[in-house]
Amino acid sequence: MSDHAHPTPVAHQFDDREQQTEVGRLGMWLFLATEILFFGGLFTAYLVMRWKWPEAFAVANSKMDVTLGAINTAVLLTSSLTMALGVRAAQLGRGKGSFALIIATMVFGLAFLGIKAVEYARKFQEGLFPGPGFVFEGATGRQVETFFSLYFMMTGLHALHMVVGIGILTVIAAMIRRGRFSPDYYAPVEISGLYWHFVDIIWIFLFPLLYLIHPHL
Amino acid sequence: MSHETAVEGTNYLNNGYSLRSWFLTTDHKRIAILYLFTIVLFFFVGGSFAVLMRLELMSPQGTLVQAETYNKLFTMHGIVMIFFFLIPSIPAVLGNFLIPMMVGARDLAFPRLNLLSWYVFVAGASVTLFALVTGGLDTGWTFYTPFSTSYSNTRVVPAMVGIFITGFSSILTGLNFIVTVHKMRAPGLTWFRLPLFVWSLYATSLVMVLATPVLAITVAMVAFERATGIGIFNPAIGGDPLLFQHLFWFYSHPAVYIMILPAMGVVSEVIATFSRKEVFGYRFVAAASLAIAVYGFLVWGHHMFVSGQSVYAGLVFSILSYLVAIPSAVKVFNWTATLYKGQIWFQTPLLYAFGFIGLFTIGGLTGLFLAAMAVDVHLTDTYFIVAHFHYIMVGGAVMGFMAGIHYWWPKITGRLYPEGWAKFSALVLFVGFNLTFFPQFLLGYLGMPRRYYHYPPEFQVLNVLSTAGASILGVGYLIPLIYLLWSLKRGKVAGANPWGATTLEWQTASPPITQNFPTTPVVTSGSYEFPALEEVHSE
Ligand SMILES: [Cu+2]
Repeated sequence: MSDHAHPTPVAHQFDDREQQTEVGRLGMWLFLATEILFFGGLFTAYLVMRWKWPEAFAVANSKMDVTLGAINTAVLLTSSLTMALGVRAAQLGRGKGSFALIIATMVFGLAFLGIKAVEYARKFQEGLFPGPGFVFEGATGRQVETFFSLYFMMTGLHALHMVVGIGILTVIAAMIRRGRFSPDYYAPVEISGLYWHFVDIIWIFLFPLLYLIHPHL
Repeated sequence: MSHETAVEGTNYLNNGYSLRSWFLTTDHKRIAILYLFTIVLFFFVGGSFAVLMRLELMSPQGTLVQAETYNKLFTMHGIVMIFFFLIPSIPAVLGNFLIPMMVGARDLAFPRLNLLSWYVFVAGASVTLFALVTGGLDTGWTFYTPFSTSYSNTRVVPAMVGIFITGFSSILTGLNFIVTVHKMRAPGLTWFRLPLFVWSLYATSLVMVLATPVLAITVAMVAFERATGIGIFNPAIGGDPLLFQHLFWFYSHPAVYIMILPAMGVVSEVIATFSRKEVFGYRFVAAASLAIAVYGFLVWGHHMFVSGQSVYAGLVFSILSYLVAIPSAVKVFNWTATLYKGQIWFQTPLLYAFGFIGLFTIGGLTGLFLAAMAVDVHLTDTYFIVAHFHYIMVGGAVMGFMAGIHYWWPKITGRLYPEGWAKFSALVLFVGFNLTFFPQFLLGYLGMPRRYYHYPPEFQVLNVLSTAGASILGVGYLIPLIYLLWSLKRGKVAGANPWGATTLEWQTASPPITQNFPTTPVVTSGSYEFPALEEVHSE
């Protein structure tokens, strides 16, 4: 089972391992292109709304917890570092090292989600969750509500991608544990890494757009 | 004996008969068959809505159905035909079956994702059907806000969920094709030796992968806003309903090319084979597919000339829309040039290809009327639009689908369809189609608006003509259904290459073996090098 030269056989439609690896890599890049357009709809909506209601967005922004957002940004960037190091360790055939790094990535991912949950809970308590319970004093109340519906849709979709990413890494960690990878074959680790970095990059855009409007107006 | 020869030895059809061997297959050819059954079912579901509408429009007062029912009928006709027939028709059936064979591969790059795409499609279709049978939908297939988000009393949320899910099957199919064309080509099969069908499916796949996610997130936002009352489209709370139109048409204009580009690919193959000539200007036809896919992303605003979009934006969209006509015309001229001095063999697929060229040209040229802003103001939301896009979608895409199904039927089933019946029904379809939709150009020009269940009495003659045409059209679709099923058992055994075609899929058995080719083919020439043309001519 753990023959290290060929841990898993090449699928029948491929001629060799190299072709299989290239196919997987291109497939993931294309999937990420799809994802960019998927988030792109929300980013477009955000831009239009911010263009339309700049004051309301600035007011709404003052309700954002920049500290927690910044901490989360740091947590996520660190997780990308451990992910990259995990791929490198798998490439070098260091099973234990890559296992530990993937687990660390997952822990950072979970920490991000935990902090996000705290933020969400506070927004609920402050009555900033859009809908019947929404309370905001002032003339721009409805537009502030629009900001918060975008906030919850964008960060919610991002968090969903984090959950999926943690699921993928769980599988990868289990595969590392079983000795499925070698310096010749570590494509699944690499491809999962691409996905993880992508989710990270989305946040890199979300953080300034959602948390840092006010200081620049 | 004669019945047995077709199924001698194993092929993909007799390689297992259990339900499991079909529903858990990863063979691209079997998945294509699964898709074929599904979309044909939806074609007749969508067609039955059209029958009811045409019956209703026989008389000006509206006698058959109520206004509300009529609104649901045209909505459901559009949704079913576009999302559950036209979009998957050629790509998911013929593309699935043929792309691996045309590139000399054993399967698509991701066989399991391919199967998943069918299950996702069925899941999305089921949710949408649930919405349709539990009350239906009356927003039109365009789901314009704020009607869909705030005012419609019909089943918007489940319909949006169904379409959201279905989108992912389209994305998976497109992704699979792109990777397959890039990475799975046989030795010697360079990009400019690829069949033009592969080129056009490649361009289609780019659109599927890049446009569909925008539709997905848009319908998700509509469903969210509808369900929770909060969101970004409702002007009453500072939202922007025009934003919905931008996002929707950013997908839905390119979606027209998801429907028409594959049909163009079929026509290129059919014309080459039945005129025994290399496609004239092969590289230009290939590049035109990509050009159409790229331009297609830049013209969505021509659907919004009267929506309150800026006049300057309208101007730019108008000019860009005109530019799409260039690569489309390149194709039409090159097909015509291919036929010129070709050795023409009038078989059914070629008849359908001729139908495509003629009807697509009419659809395309009337599209230029509509791309002109001033004319569009007069024609927007009239039957002229309805006629225009049916010339593209039925006259173009469905004719292309029929051409492809007939052309590759011997490859898919190992049997020939009955040629006489097939030619007859091609003729019936052509006549029925024109009689149905040409009067609608006139109706629209005279000012009859679309989406109404009654109309002023002076429009009745043209409407009755259109309904009469629709019944002929219906017969034209039923005849092939019958003789194609009949041919499965009774048709003549086709042999590997009944048309003398040159592309790779014809160089292996009909029906093909599960691995497609006994050994991986090695390609040494272009796709359309027909032998001994001079000798035939000099006789
Ligand atoms: Cu358009």
